Amino acid sequence: MMATKTESRVLLELENIDMFFGGVLAVKGMSFTVMDNELAGIIGPNGAGKTTIFNVISGVYSPTAGTIWFREQDITPLMAYQVNRLGIARTFQNLRLFARSSVLENVMTAAQNRYRYSFRENLRGHLTPSYRPDPEYFYGFLESILHAGKWMSRETNIRKKSMELLDRVGLADRADQMAGTLPYGMQRRLEIARAIALDPKLLLLDEPAAGMNPEEVFALNDLITGLHKDFRLTTLVIEHHMDMIMQICPHIICVNFGAKIAEGTPEEIQANPEVLSAYLGDEEAVGE
Amino acid sequence: MRTKSLIGNAAFVLLGLFLVFLPLSGYQEGIIILLCINCIAAMGVSLLTGFTGIFTLGHAAYMALGAYTTAILTVRLGVHWVPAIVAGGVVAVLVAWLIGIPTLRLTGDYYAIASIGLGEAIRLILENWQSVTRGARGFPGIDSYTTREAAVAFFVILGILLFNLINSRLGRELKASRDDRVAASLMGFHTPRSRMKALLISAFCCGISGALLGGYMNFIQPSMFDMMKSTELTAVVVFGGLGSMSGTILGSAIITLVMEYFRDISQYRMLIYGALLVVIMVVRPEGLLGNREIWTFIPGLSGKSNDRRRDK
Repeated sequence: MMATKTESRVLLELENIDMFFGGVLAVKGMSFTVMDNELAGIIGPNGAGKTTIFNVISGVYSPTAGTIWFREQDITPLMAYQVNRLGIARTFQNLRLFARSSVLENVMTAAQNRYRYSFRENLRGHLTPSYRPDPEYFYGFLESILHAGKWMSRETNIRKKSMELLDRVGLADRADQMAGTLPYGMQRRLEIARAIALDPKLLLLDEPAAGMNPEEVFALNDLITGLHKDFRLTTLVIEHHMDMIMQICPHIICVNFGAKIAEGTPEEIQANPEVLSAYLGDEEAVGE
Repeated sequence: MRTKSLIGNAAFVLLGLFLVFLPLSGYQEGIIILLCINCIAAMGVSLLTGFTGIFTLGHAAYMALGAYTTAILTVRLGVHWVPAIVAGGVVAVLVAWLIGIPTLRLTGDYYAIASIGLGEAIRLILENWQSVTRGARGFPGIDSYTTREAAVAFFVILGILLFNLINSRLGRELKASRDDRVAASLMGFHTPRSRMKALLISAFCCGISGALLGGYMNFIQPSMFDMMKSTELTAVVVFGGLGSMSGTILGSAIITLVMEYFRDISQYRMLIYGALLVVIMVVRPEGLLGNREIWTFIPGLSGKSNDRRRDK
């Protein structure tokens, strides 16, 4: 279950991240690391700043202070699309599907945007991250409008990969349906398929179990751990379903009022008095 | 996939051949030409408004740029009309690019407001730059290069290219940034650049359309490309259905034909035009075809089943 010694290098590191909106504090002094090939979880009551942490990592917000390191590179100033191309994909707490496109098209939209990541030496001799489209899934503008050249083979690749992933999350038979008409739990699965279609190194799942019934949560647990294993995907999950995180994540970070209050294994978290008072103590009030 | 694309393109070519070889009187031929011209501009606006979700109320300005560029090139410089028309499209693209850099940071209604101002600004420049455009007196003596064959050929070629485009990675990119900008940028799309691509392509279509209009009328003047014309372009796209290229063509055809049919009672034409738009918005608020292409309405033809309609 735990990563072996040779694999355990730091993939993502947050260093003293502050995020203020005007004068309102959302995240204060947040630091944690996620190792390569790890399945980590962030828990905390509603409003603790969990989603803000994701928004900062994925480049939706740029933090007021602090540094984010990804594969030993400073990604703090990068914009969302650049962060994404470096290999960080995410899902959303309040679903953000392309509702007017079909289920298959949703995944294809992501699968056409697979980027290869490398380091390049810039003029001053520093290594800077660079990305280029995966040639197996890419074709140019002229090929797009003429439907010539590589259009056919690349489009086939994109479609095949998308169907494969839809099959993986159990939505293959819904491929032609409009995404907006899917039941809620399936929309969540579709978001996961879409994120993985980008071939990310790090997957951020924002409350994947929200609004699901216990059976669906059980199936989702299997899906998340399965994907983590099969794709060697480093995964960071936000959840306030305490049970779920405890079951699947060997590494848990607990936040409250925008600050980290505990970090460790499920056993350590469960035994931590601060976590108990901040989180478990008023779990009843947290609700859905 | 390949066959589907080929069938679509072939259908377009057949439609073109039909329009070219249909025996018609001179007057009817004029309607066909006008139809093609309107369709070309509307398809461009459809890509921007229907597929990328950017409402514009200034695209007649790009038609004006295309028309004036082509007129000046053919009349004053004696350039052959085919490269001149393409040049008209290119000039529209260049201006759209300059305009797009600052304005495409705006989205939604803000861009629509900005586009009104920009459209009027371009029209006023054409009206006051007397030495080049002859101002409000208009630009006479343009050759009648817009024959039925020419208009239909441009319509078919641009139509095929646009249909191919929306069924490719770029089409999905535009639709993604229309449906959810944040999600699109987290799929690795640089959404301002996506919007720019849509604007440039739509400006190219409008430029070509304007250039053809000049060759058909033999005379152009700035007032032909006022806000009324811009509004008409966007209205046709909404009428046909946002996100449906065939809907745009159908809508454009219906509007053009209705307007021609009631030419005799010209003072009431705008009344009928307005009533038509009101009726369609009441009966089918999503436009004639909604966001589906016309062949998805024919059962058994497409892979997509028709019973799973989009929830309103």
